[in-house]
Amino acid sequence: MNTIILAIILMAGTGLVLGVVIGIFAKLFRVESDPRVDLVTELLPGANCGGCGTAGCSDFAKAVVSGQLPPSKCPVSSSEQVSAIARALGIEAGESFKQKAVVLCGGDREQTMRLASYNGVADCVSASLVAGGPKGCSYGCLGMGSCARKCPFGAIEMINGLAVIHRELCVGCGTCVAVCPRNVIKLVPADAEVHVYCNSPLKAPAKRQVCKVACIGCRKCQKAAPDKFIIEGFKATVNYANTPLPTQEDVQAAGCPTGALLSAEEHLRIEKHDPEWSAEK
Amino acid sequence: MKYLELTIGAILVYNFVLSRFLGICPFLGVSKRLGTALGMSGAVIFVMTIASFITSLVYRHLLHFTIGGKEYDLSFLQVLLFILIIAGLVQLIEIMLQKLSPKLYQALGIYLPLITTNCAVLGAATINADSNFTVLEATIFGFCSGVGFALALVLFSSLRERLDLAEVPKPFQGTPIALITAGILAMAFVGFSGLC
Repeated sequence: MNTIILAIILMAGTGLVLGVVIGIFAKLFRVESDPRVDLVTELLPGANCGGCGTAGCSDFAKAVVSGQLPPSKCPVSSSEQVSAIARALGIEAGESFKQKAVVLCGGDREQTMRLASYNGVADCVSASLVAGGPKGCSYGCLGMGSCARKCPFGAIEMINGLAVIHRELCVGCGTCVAVCPRNVIKLVPADAEVHVYCNSPLKAPAKRQVCKVACIGCRKCQKAAPDKFIIEGFKATVNYANTPLPTQEDVQAAGCPTGALLSAEEHLRIEKHDPEWSAEK
Repeated sequence: MKYLELTIGAILVYNFVLSRFLGICPFLGVSKRLGTALGMSGAVIFVMTIASFITSLVYRHLLHFTIGGKEYDLSFLQVLLFILIIAGLVQLIEIMLQKLSPKLYQALGIYLPLITTNCAVLGAATINADSNFTVLEATIFGFCSGVGFALALVLFSSLRERLDLAEVPKPFQGTPIALITAGILAMAFVGFSGLC
């Protein structure tokens, strides 16, 4: 009987002592945390993508509360979310500039020649280290999917050995841009619909040898719409700094001979082998 | 000599994860990246050392005593009391770290609550009690067990980082290949048996 009573006393006593000690320590060592940081963290998407330049959403919240960064620096939040944060803190939301990533390459397995078969580690960085990669074009997408694995939003799909970004899922955090060893992914204004899907600065004959859909720098697009395209060396690019940006009509008017100039939607349909689209052609 | 034996025994021969099969949950759960594995290892070493010290004090002085010439043995309360003490202790350490060393708190913070009822920490306390270690021996054993856990976790997480890049057949991808790897690693540690 005594043992039972002693056991109860011991357990209750230990619990009581620990409880009191923890209570005292919690009072003694209390950390004054800013409740606004928690509030802002809650309002943020919580993807911890690092697109804003800080280590994660809670770090970004700290920077916003201390006034180092405006709430609009979060590339993931919609403008409503940003203004909600600004309202909660009573500060200016700041200029918001939405961007989306695009893989400027159309060279899937059928379009671009492979110089060698690569059996190493299935990662773009590793592949590019082995004699510049297996692809004929040393500027195009390697197709090992390093960016797709890193994308915190699952917006990149590997189709036929080519990374294709789904615009509706992309938030423009820029994680893929940093990962790509070929720098073939670019951040462009979110409302840009048309792109020149080629990244190679080489001369046209060299490109055509390895890729069917390279931009050959024929300037047809620039003649059709002088403000909307710029020619850099032997390659055309969309002039993203200029508004209005080119649209589907500009693509038709330009009549790109190789098919490097495409709207994002067309590009996706080609890569997906959409039967409807093939019939139209 | 005795302490050397204790040290090598805890780290290599009777490794907590690979020979005693304690702490398998964090071994599989937080071993995907080397960075998180290091954080978890640090937290486990820290908590195990302190928990071993306190629980061996409690075991030696609180669970066995004599009142009025009559001896009482309350060691049946061992597990219950140890869990209570370890949980309270971890809570205390967390509160103190948050104030005294925010840097360390950030590094260990999320792992500390995970360890509260970790079987490896409780295992260390129980082994201390069963082997009738003195307080000093128990503390050394706790620290070295933590180091052994850290060694296994760091080795395993490095292997898993490499595995991520390897071409693994579809049925084995993810946890299956991790478990096979853990098995092979444990077999390698069998080589240490008989050392002490």
